[in-house]
Amino acid sequence: MAHERNAEIELRLLIEAIYLKYSYDFRDYSGASVKRRVAHALRQFELKTISALQERVLHDPSAFMQLLQFLTIPVSEMFRDPGHFLAIRQEVVPILKTYPSLKIWIAGCSTGEEVYSMAIMLREEGLLERTIIYATDINPSSLEKAKQGIFSMENVRAYNENYLKAGGKRLFSEYYTAAYDYAIFDKTLRENVTFADHSLATDSVFSETHLISCRNVLIYFNKKLQDRAFGLFHDSLCHRGFLVLGSKETLEFSGYKDQFEPLVKQERIYRKS
Amino acid sequence: MRTSFSGTGPDLPALPKVEAIVVGASAGGVEALLKIFRPLRKGFRLPIIAVLHLPDERRSLLADVFASNLAIPVKEADDKETIVPGTLYFAAPGYHLSIEADRTLSFSQEERVFHSRPSVDILFESAADAYDSRLAGVLLTGANNDGAHGMARIKEYGGLTVVQDPAQALARTMPDAALALHTPDFLLPLPDIGVLLVELERIAC
Repeated sequence: MAHERNAEIELRLLIEAIYLKYSYDFRDYSGASVKRRVAHALRQFELKTISALQERVLHDPSAFMQLLQFLTIPVSEMFRDPGHFLAIRQEVVPILKTYPSLKIWIAGCSTGEEVYSMAIMLREEGLLERTIIYATDINPSSLEKAKQGIFSMENVRAYNENYLKAGGKRLFSEYYTAAYDYAIFDKTLRENVTFADHSLATDSVFSETHLISCRNVLIYFNKKLQDRAFGLFHDSLCHRGFLVLGSKETLEFSGYKDQFEPLVKQERIYRKS
Repeated sequence: MRTSFSGTGPDLPALPKVEAIVVGASAGGVEALLKIFRPLRKGFRLPIIAVLHLPDERRSLLADVFASNLAIPVKEADDKETIVPGTLYFAAPGYHLSIEADRTLSFSQEERVFHSRPSVDILFESAADAYDSRLAGVLLTGANNDGAHGMARIKEYGGLTVVQDPAQALARTMPDAALALHTPDFLLPLPDIGVLLVELERIAC
């Protein structure tokens, strides 16, 4: 057990060191997941202790970028939870159509699956041309991948089913070109997308957005950091703006519960009160 | 390792005081879990957190099925929920479930473990971190290797481990995998596991 207590101390020191040196703030992330990510990273770096990892990342920024890939969780898919996208199409899009121009923020966009899903839906609803999408993440490598819009063909085949269940109006294959094992997505989908480095833990608000989508990001935060994020979302949304969350994320237990009303509760679609 | 537990008699082994019970099961798990939880009476005061492998449906009826068959309160876990003693929690499909140091539950979507999300290993290892030796781990029937590392971790931290007798499990891969990594305190048939849970609660509370 002494060894384990050392690991707890080392983990806290590593997280603190990363914050002081690189301004990436994992201090209010849920501990169990961070601990597993670091343990996984240790094995990949072939290091014995978290202290050794700390020394490496403090003195070698490229090692930190490598570690960041382990600390963030790039698990995503297109039209994940199709019922969620269907509900946006049916309940939110009609209201979005009343605005002459739109700003949408996809917070924690990872490798871009949510961004392309949103763009495809907006195009089918005739909204993409008058929309600016801000797609943000803390991981520059993920953002780079998102910008390229190239996904493995194997995954894309599985997304087809999601797309149809989400109320897709065309053939999913119209949105990409197949090249060997990869699907290269239509670059006009991202003409109005601005990819940007942004941290919900340390950065501030985006102005006057109509809809914010932040899905399966908040589960990695503790309550305090979740509330910070909800505060950012609240301040970034325009009057009566929409907030959409992941299928197991809720405003219910947060300090912002009363500042939003559920529009489609089951699909985690909220509207600013 | 003991291979029976009747809850009575002069040979009754000394049990440790635990603060929580974690349970993992896969193929054949619904029937097995019902069997071990049925003896728990209303007013049972230990929390039980369970992972049962299920297809990736978004909405699971597991909590409803168990609630209507058991005397103790049952619910699907919520992210950031504080663990309430006496409640049986099920991991939600599609998400790993962890226990944090402050005894709250947290979700994640890290890689699958043995093709499974939720994973028994992730629940058990995080539970061992949170409860240290004051934890009982129970591993039942299943057709993959998830849970074996988690059980070994619980044992390593001084907790109590209970494995279903593979000879009597619907699928023996999971209990066999656990036995290959560590020697549990108990190797039991399902009815004895139920009796043991009742006894663990009597001692702890």
